[in-house]
Amino acid sequence: MAIVERPTAPLELAPGAAVTARPLGFFTRPQGTTGWRSWLTTVDHKRIGVMYGASALLFFFLGGVEALAIRAQLAAPGQELYSADLYNQLFTMHGVTMIFLVVIPLGAAFMNFLMPLQVGARDVAFPRLNAFSFWAFLAGGLMLNTSWFLGGGADGGWFAYAPNTGVTFSPSHGMDFYAIGLQITGIASLVAAINLVVTVLNMRAPGMTLMKMPVFTWMGFVTQLLLVFAIPVISVALFLLTFDRLFDANFFNVSAGADPLLWEHLFWIFGHPEVYILILPAFGIVSEIIPVFSRKPIFGYPFMVFSGIAIGFMGWGVWAHHMFSSGLGPISVAAFSLSTMFIAVPTGVKILNWLATMWGGKLRFTTPMLFAIGLVTMFTIGGLSGVTHAVAPADTQQTDTYYIVAHFHYVIFGGALMGFLGGLYFWWPKAFGFMLSETLGKWHFWLTLIGFNLTFGPMHILGLQGMPRRMHTYVEGYGFEFWNMVSTIGAFVIALAMLVFAGNILKSWRQHRVDPVNPGPDPWDARSLEWMVQSPVPAHNFDEVPTVSHLDEFWHHKYQENAEGKVVRVATGAEAAQPGDATGVHLPSPSYWPLVLAAGLPLIGYGLIFNLGIAVAGGFIVLLAGFGWGYEPADDPDAHHGPHGDGRGPGHDDGDAHAGGDGDGERDEAAEPEPAGNVPAEVTVGAGGNPADPDAGATDTATTAPDEDGSTDG
Amino acid sequence: MADTAIHGSIAAETEKGVPSHATSTGISNEKLAMWVFLGSDCLLFGGLISTYLLLRHRSISGPEAVRNPADVFDIPFTSVSSFVLLFSSLTMALAVGAIHRGDVRRCRTFLLTTALLGAVFIGGQVYEFTAFVKEGLGYTTNIFGSAFYTLTGFHGVHVSVGIIFLMSLFVMSLRGKLGADRAETVEIFGLYWHFVDIVWILIFTIVYLIP
Repeated sequence: MAIVERPTAPLELAPGAAVTARPLGFFTRPQGTTGWRSWLTTVDHKRIGVMYGASALLFFFLGGVEALAIRAQLAAPGQELYSADLYNQLFTMHGVTMIFLVVIPLGAAFMNFLMPLQVGARDVAFPRLNAFSFWAFLAGGLMLNTSWFLGGGADGGWFAYAPNTGVTFSPSHGMDFYAIGLQITGIASLVAAINLVVTVLNMRAPGMTLMKMPVFTWMGFVTQLLLVFAIPVISVALFLLTFDRLFDANFFNVSAGADPLLWEHLFWIFGHPEVYILILPAFGIVSEIIPVFSRKPIFGYPFMVFSGIAIGFMGWGVWAHHMFSSGLGPISVAAFSLSTMFIAVPTGVKILNWLATMWGGKLRFTTPMLFAIGLVTMFTIGGLSGVTHAVAPADTQQTDTYYIVAHFHYVIFGGALMGFLGGLYFWWPKAFGFMLSETLGKWHFWLTLIGFNLTFGPMHILGLQGMPRRMHTYVEGYGFEFWNMVSTIGAFVIALAMLVFAGNILKSWRQHRVDPVNPGPDPWDARSLEWMVQSPVPAHNFDEVPTVSHLDEFWHHKYQENAEGKVVRVATGAEAAQPGDATGVHLPSPSYWPLVLAAGLPLIGYGLIFNLGIAVAGGFIVLLAGFGWGYEPADDPDAHHGPHGDGRGPGHDDGDAHAGGDGDGERDEAAEPEPAGNVPAEVTVGAGGNPADPDAGATDTATTAPDEDGSTDG
Repeated sequence: MADTAIHGSIAAETEKGVPSHATSTGISNEKLAMWVFLGSDCLLFGGLISTYLLLRHRSISGPEAVRNPADVFDIPFTSVSSFVLLFSSLTMALAVGAIHRGDVRRCRTFLLTTALLGAVFIGGQVYEFTAFVKEGLGYTTNIFGSAFYTLTGFHGVHVSVGIIFLMSLFVMSLRGKLGADRAETVEIFGLYWHFVDIVWILIFTIVYLIP
């Protein structure tokens, strides 16, 4: 795994270097880096990020159609477009899809793509695990949605309160798909979280201390830590539900003595950190966008970081505010009421800092900036209605009304999704090498903003008037008609806005095909390290791992103080960026195993629901893939290295090795010095023109080491 | 889910034999990932143990004789199998020590011993479960049964996965692929094995000993 490179070592593996382990003979090692097949086996964090984003947008379409179906049914009183049972499935699947299959993976898309770039790494710590995370997420999401064809979707609400989700009250297989499908996406999130936590802690470029990391990376890091500790809790809850439904266990069987509060506690101990998992990446995104388009550094960087950490910690102490009406008792209610009010403080700090960043700045109202401002304003409205939930008596009145629906759409759509849409416009040139149309982008933004407020604004009123959520229909004469119609119109305006977005992607892409205009590495005059590489990002990210000395490192390459102490531009983005033409960078090799392993998981799920034989087959695939994976070296010694296969020349190698080594020497001293004997040995090998991978070499020596007994058979 | 995640970490960790000294923290990626995973796994067992604590005295259905934990447990027997599992932590530590000294053969012996001790523990658990079922406490009999078998079952799965990894390491060692350069692989697996043992100390205390 040369990604975890030893900076002083040459980056190239010699042809014919010793192989420590052979892959099992089922597959030849995938080699290609182009064509659709290469996407199936890729371990490149940028491609995986793109696939996360594309899948999330596909699920966004599904969830959007479900939302439109809900709004069509509620447009007028007494309608019967479809049955109440189908309505239950639609709102449940809408919620589950939007939260677990749209907002979480959109966050994952940005974090995968950006975090290694922003910390100055060539990939994540475990590239194959990263691919597995994506495929497992996709497998879980698809499995969950196949329930529509296999007896009906989940119908117990996205929070799936037991015992209402037991077999008695939810006899279709929908909730089984919910429990197992989310279990699989949970595995994906957990593995990805471990991976990214290690990446941030371990893979930072020299000089990139924690307090020099961009705010997005910080928020992503907090998000991943929340996932590490929140996912196992929902896993337990989902296991218990699965065992109850499929194996007749008694966890939520009230007639056997169960306590229905058990599910609520387990679910919300996960569920409240979960809402910060949804929003923190979007907070990170706007913290990147606003400084760029205000031409100012982020105001109060340490406050931004520590308020994010504070939210991460306090997010664990507020879960019971979802349960005020469940009879917890006055002391619990008072305690959680207070903690809920307190958590508004760090969130308020963030909003204040964004405003202060914009204050006095040279504002440019580009599409990303508009979406970022959209987040700041809409999330503030959602945050304020959130504070009203902290007041327990008021919350008791609001529970299970449309007021709650209004609140969480203002924070998840008006907050998280607005941020992600802004992020898509902002980093689109970085990912794909062409800009999205600004004109259509502005149409997209304003239609989204208007449609969003038309849809969810009236829900505050409906809720306070007493309209309950999850109702299939309502009767005339309660004053619900007008605002419901407004809300439905708004929902279709949002749909139109998303069509504009799709049209924008299509049109900009076509234009790019006809007349390619590369936006250059730095189209926005931005600040962090990902803008220091070409657009689209070369497979190896950095030609030379940068040495970081400032927060907003790239900006400091472009602007410096002159003799009079005035900040002046000293270089354009294109001049300050790396050319992206490094050769001989050793990248991790693609692999089939992550895909195979992930494909086994839904088979186990289907098997548990329908036929244990399928589960055994799935388990066998998982086991096989696990061993295949374990015995496959992370680096294929026969592969071409880097995007430029000709980089084998000694001159190139030397240059590259030195380039990598120069900056990194300092880090070595800071971290842990290499054994002194190492360096000259490598130099000797390197001088031969074919520097050997130190790992392979070391292991090879061990294989033939004389301390082995006769049983060594290789 | 835990199984796959463990698998992932270990698999990744075997990708690279030699610990990297070039990381920002100085801890290798693989070891750090294992620590993070174990932190996560704490919450998994935390959830399961809390569930058990909440439910163990709430059984109101099924035969009277098996409603209370105290009615079914055979503490002397479980104490012996617990001791066997704890003893396996010692052999695991000896295996790690041996590989760090470059004593490949002794490491291999201790890995096998650890696996055997783990298997004895699992055998004891199977025997214990069979005995309880004979006494009338099935998985679906009452709420205590569901909670008990789920909690101890999850721990048993963790031990079993550990045994699979131990055997994989053992085979690797036989084939000469687990030399001193891979000492950290053994060490990282050792973290997992000790964690599973520590969890059992908690479970044994909370489930069996505290009335």
